[in-house]
Amino acid sequence: MRAKFTTFSRIIRTGMVNFVRNMWLAIAAMAIMIVTLTIILFSVIVNATFSNTVQQITNKIDVSVYLKDSVTPAQSQSLVGQLKSLPAVQHVRYLSKEDALKQYEAQNVGNTQLLQAINETDNPLPATIKIKPRTLNDIDQIRAFIEKPDTAKLQSDPASDSGDRREAIAKITHATNILRRVGAGAVVVFAVISVLIIFNTIQMAIFNRRDELQIMRLLGASTSYIRGPFVVETIIYGIFSAIISVLIINAVFVTASSSLQATSFGLLDISYSQSFFENRYWELLLIQLALGIFIGAASSIIATRRYLKFKTPKR
Amino acid sequence: MYYQPVWRLAKHIVIIVLMILLDRVTKTYNKNLGPALDRVSLHVEPKEFVIIVGQSGAGKSTLLKLLTREERPTSGKIIVGGIDYDKLRDRDIPLLRRKIGVVFQDFKLLPNRTVFENVAFALEIVGVSTKEINNTVPKVLDIVNLKGKEKRMPMELSGGERQRVAIARAIVRQPKVLIADEPTGNLDPKHAWDVIKVLEKINKYGTTVLLTTHNQEVVNRLRRRVVTIDHGRIASDKARANYTSATIAVDIAAAKK
Repeated sequence: MRAKFTTFSRIIRTGMVNFVRNMWLAIAAMAIMIVTLTIILFSVIVNATFSNTVQQITNKIDVSVYLKDSVTPAQSQSLVGQLKSLPAVQHVRYLSKEDALKQYEAQNVGNTQLLQAINETDNPLPATIKIKPRTLNDIDQIRAFIEKPDTAKLQSDPASDSGDRREAIAKITHATNILRRVGAGAVVVFAVISVLIIFNTIQMAIFNRRDELQIMRLLGASTSYIRGPFVVETIIYGIFSAIISVLIINAVFVTASSSLQATSFGLLDISYSQSFFENRYWELLLIQLALGIFIGAASSIIATRRYLKFKTPKR
Repeated sequence: MYYQPVWRLAKHIVIIVLMILLDRVTKTYNKNLGPALDRVSLHVEPKEFVIIVGQSGAGKSTLLKLLTREERPTSGKIIVGGIDYDKLRDRDIPLLRRKIGVVFQDFKLLPNRTVFENVAFALEIVGVSTKEINNTVPKVLDIVNLKGKEKRMPMELSGGERQRVAIARAIVRQPKVLIADEPTGNLDPKHAWDVIKVLEKINKYGTTVLLTTHNQEVVNRLRRRVVTIDHGRIASDKARANYTSATIAVDIAAAKK
């Protein structure tokens, strides 16, 4: 137990010493890792912002079904129940004639003439079912259900939806999807490049120390004792790179908020991005640390593998 | 154990009694060139001092590489200090090497570490505490007559001194077997003899020593068991031998008949 602790602390210390000794190699490897992690963090934020934008737009869409005055409460309850059971439906809200009137009045508070005219007649507004689809494309399914003769005969007017806005929303969704895919592609490409470069860096470090490794092997050092310092070294790369990448994004937001007056940049809602980043600061830092440590450790483990094999061909 | 046949029991006893056992060991690197070692059998008892002589390419180095498990034999059995190499898994190789001390012709010291650190290195990698290292290393450096040179770098030492550092590193873990592969190969006669004297001292303390050398003077002055290898075979095996290149040639000629 004690020997294990001694060995462990020696591995850590050797890794740190090697990190300092190979400073230039370390800087090269860290630079590419920082770029990668920054791009990953950036795309995570952009992705969240786009999701938020699309979500907000989608939330504004609903389908309204207007019921005839002759429809009994039982009929309307069963219709609401059926709608609720549809997979395409996220949310159903039933407005009775009185509710509809109240809402109408609330929407037209300033317009005293109109309100007066309505109050003079017997409530002209129909009972309404407001249906919120899960996604944009679910509207079609909901419409199909509403237009079935069974349900259609209960309705006073054809159902209305935000059909005119639909095309614009579809375009926005399409554009954000493309941007997301490009972002994901960039993330993958940079992650691969980063792993390759770190991999090469470690191989260079190993090449510089191949005599030492050979001697360690001949003296009976275990694989983990030889590999450990390299893994520690690359984990240090990962930790530094993760912290620096978060700081870079932080700096971008600080300069953006002071120099850019606008709160959004094309499709990108910068104020949302910023609040997303600030609310999840520690969470994002933790994710970055995990990613950096993973990339570092994985590449050094793979890079040392070849040099640590025992030469035991059976002929 | 009780139901085993007698010959099996005998084998166990042999394993316990012998430090090194090679039984018809053959090593072939390249089938077109013939074997580097051809059915070599060798028994070494504990605390023995064995000198292995032979021309370059005779198979000395191959023999030592088989013992340190840098190479696997093509066929045959190797048992060192009770460890059967057939049953040795790759991940146990480090454990085997911790039990065998090895000294190389080219020293294989770490150039960027002091004498003390080079010797301490062998203990560090097996997890010995710093306190124990500080306690043990000076004693071992004393054995190899390098007291007072702890803080020198290998570059500042003579060849003989460097080789003694390497020996200190090999024996600091108190191995049962010390394998020295031409330790005097790069040294002048005076320094070579210093190194050999250290090996003799270690042997006196109870370590089995296996020494390969080209140096006739070393062989003659030591007057120990000498095993001659020629073309991958053991040409002669004599206790307390006295050798010249002529006698080696006679041995080889006799073996060929």
